[in-house]
Parts: sequence; structure tokens; C-alpha cells
Amino acid sequence: MEYGTAQEPRQKQGILERLTAIDRRIIFVIIGVVVAVPVLYPITLPVLVSPPVQDLYDAIDELPPGSVIIMAIDFDPTSEPELYPAYLAIARHVFSKGLRVVALGYIAPGIPIGERALQIAAEEYDKEYGVDYVNLGYKTGMTVALLMMGKEIWDPYPRDHYDTSVEELPLMHEVHRLDDVALAVDFAHGVSPDYWIAYAGARFGLRVGLCATGVMTSQYYPYYDSGQLFGLLGGLKGSSEYEALIGAPGSATAGMTAQSLAHLVIMAFIIVANISYFIVRRRSPGA
Amino acid sequence: MRKTVPLTIVFASGIFMLAVFFVPHRRVQDTSQVLLEWDLVVWTCALFLSGLNLFIVNAKKVRRKERDWGYKVVLLVAFLTTLVTGLAWGVRAGTPFMFIYESMMRPLQATMFALLAFFISSAAYRAFRARTREAALLLAAGLIVMLGRIPIGDMIWHRIPVITDWIMSYPNMAAQRGILMGASLGAIATALRMLVGVERGYFGGEG
Repeated sequence: MEYGTAQEPRQKQGILERLTAIDRRIIFVIIGVVVAVPVLYPITLPVLVSPPVQDLYDAIDELPPGSVIIMAIDFDPTSEPELYPAYLAIARHVFSKGLRVVALGYIAPGIPIGERALQIAAEEYDKEYGVDYVNLGYKTGMTVALLMMGKEIWDPYPRDHYDTSVEELPLMHEVHRLDDVALAVDFAHGVSPDYWIAYAGARFGLRVGLCATGVMTSQYYPYYDSGQLFGLLGGLKGSSEYEALIGAPGSATAGMTAQSLAHLVIMAFIIVANISYFIVRRRSPGA
Repeated sequence: MRKTVPLTIVFASGIFMLAVFFVPHRRVQDTSQVLLEWDLVVWTCALFLSGLNLFIVNAKKVRRKERDWGYKVVLLVAFLTTLVTGLAWGVRAGTPFMFIYESMMRPLQATMFALLAFFISSAAYRAFRARTREAALLLAAGLIVMLGRIPIGDMIWHRIPVITDWIMSYPNMAAQRGILMGASLGAIATALRMLVGVERGYFGGEG
């Protein structure tokens, strides 16, 4: 059809052209509203637990009381909304089962986030720092530190996050090598899981689980499928699943409404953009 | 000499650390632990040097009043304040360092990353077009996964999460495995090239 031959087609063309070249500020406003409203007025949506998250939960749940697990804080505030709820939920699960935690991390700004979650969970379950959990803090040179931990954890970590000697922490007297640890869960927003899998897992035989940001998750499915990861939790969705498993809905469950609506809106944007693109292309093949 | 000595160190330490994986003898393992401790010291020195370099480079630009020098003043003030408060009062809750962290660094980092949602939405609207059959396939898979990753997907049709899991566990995993194998082979090749002195990028362009 030739453009501008009738009033009606011209109007249709105008709308479609406007849609294909919509001002991005309109998109920003729509997304802002869609995310903000459910955060201000939360609605709880049902949560379906996926097998990788169930496996993560089961592996921790089956550990005998007193076992030590490493909870690695390899993320920073950029991924806090996705991974902090998972960290808190797993800390609650761990303490409720009478397990003990060694926290450490290779991204410095993440350490206080993990520390906060541990303190909240420890207070709820009456756990004591140094006895039931320790925070070894940040260490540069991740690969080197992991290799050293296979033989002696005290070597790369002679002092904890608060500069206290590990000798003064009763828990650390039982934790010298990765062999003394039942499993490790890496909370990551970067490449750290590769090193946990390759060094702590493959080299020293430690069971490794992963809580990753949503965009990272697809990358780690091969490791989960091969058994190199005993469980895999992805993003806010995974965190909400873990909250459901421990029966304590938190910020991830609340955030899923916002995420759901944002996903729907983005999908609607993509569909509308494609429909208008195809109609415009059919009307003028050379465009 | 300037090349031979570093190349020899790289070759000898590389071969030794490779051997450590296969030789469980106590003396070999203990020596590797000492070497790793040295490595950790090198990492820590590199961290110190990077901080120092950041300071010097930006201080020079401020002194010369180069473009955007005002931002560099903010960077230097923030850098020094954080460093001094951390060293002087430690990092426990309630210290000035944690005040800076909680009230500035954390919200700023979170805000910067949160902006991604807006840009992704805009980019998806403009760029995610089914121009070819392959693009259409990717688009369809993407839409299903997006729907399957939210509770509403299950509410619309209970098979959507199942289809999402299938996409993640088969086509996605096959592609990821291929990428992983390619990257791993590349990493092994690069490591071997460094070990035998063919790859000399770590000389800083002087090799």
C-alpha cells in the first residue's frame, strides 16, 4: 500500500511509526511505576520451587548438626537485592539446623552485607560469634587463597574481619583445611564460582553450591548438571524459592511481584515493537 | 638478562605448581604453600600499588586542571576519607567507615545497577526484533524463559515453568558447554604459551 493515499492509512502509519520510535523516557516512566507500585503495596504471589534450589536446600538440610559450611560473600551492593535475601535465608536455615558458618569473601564491599545477614540470623537463633560463626573477611588473590585453604585455612586467614587472631576463635580450632568443611555455598555476581568449582571442588573435593545473580544462572547449568554444583539458586526468583522452603517469606518474595510485572511489561514492549516493526516493514519493504 | 630472568622464573614456578597437582610428597606440598604465600604477598602489594596509582594519576589531572578535574577531586576526597576512617577506626558497625559505606557507597552502587532495568527495557524495545529465523527463535525462547521465571507464568499455564526448565537444561546447556570448552581450551593454550615464553604480555609490552 502506498503511503498517504488515504486519511486512515496515514493515521495508522503515524501510530505505528511513533510506536517503533517511542521516546525512551516513556519506557523509563512505565518501568519505574511498574516496579515502584508493588514495592509500596506488596502482593504475595505463589512460589514454585525449582529442582536446583530444592537440591541446594536438601544438601544443607541433610548435614548433621555441628557441621561447618563456608558461605562466601562474592557479591557487592549492586547485587544485594538479589543475593542478600538468599544469604539471609540460608543463614537462618543453617543456624536452625545447628550448623556452623565460616564466612569470607573476595569482593570487599560485600563483606558487611553478609555480616549483617549473619548477625540477624545469629540473633534469632541465639548463636555466638567465634563459636557458631566467624567472618574471615576480604582477601585479595582469590585463586591463591583457595589453593592455600586446601592445606591450611589459617595461612591465608591469620586474622578475622575484625582483626582478631583466628587462634582466639574457638570455631577455627576445628577448621584448618577444606577437608574440615562439609560444603561451601558461593554467593556470587562475578567469576568467583569458576574458581570455587575448579579449586575447592575439583582440586580438594569440597562440595560447592551456588547462589548467583539471575543473568549468571544459565552459565552455570552445565556445572549443576555434571554434579560439580550440588545446587543452584538463581537471582531473586531463587531467593524467593529458598524463603518459601524455610517458611520465612522475606524481601525476595515481596520483590517477585515487582519483578513479575517488570518482566510482563518488558515482554509487552518487545511484542508491541515487533508487531509494529513487521507491519511497517510489510507496508514499505525498503524501509 | 632482563628477559631471561623473568622468563626462567615463570617457567620454573609454573612447572613446579603444575607438578604439585600430581606429587603428594609432603616437602613438595609444603614448598607450594610457601610459594602461594609469596603469591599472596604479591597480590597484596599489587592492591597497594593500584591504590597508589589511582591517587597519583588523578592528583596529576587535578593539578593540571584537565577535563572533568572536579570529579577527580571528589574521587580523591572520597578515596582518602574512606582510607583514613577505615585505618583509624576500623570496620565494625557504628564506625565512620561503616557510616560512609552504609549511607553513600551502598546506595550509590545499588542505584547505578538499578538503572540497568531502565536501559534493558529501552534496549529490548528497540533492538530485540525477529529480523531473521534465528532471531525469532531466540526471541521466542527469551520470552518463554522470562515468563517461566516469574510466578505469573505458572498461573497463566502450569507447563510454562516446565518448558523454561527444558530450555535451560538442554538448548541453553548445550550452548554453554560449547562456550566453556572453547574458553577452557583457549585458557590452557595461553597458559602453555606463557609457560614456554611465547606469550609475553606480562612484560608490559617490552617483551
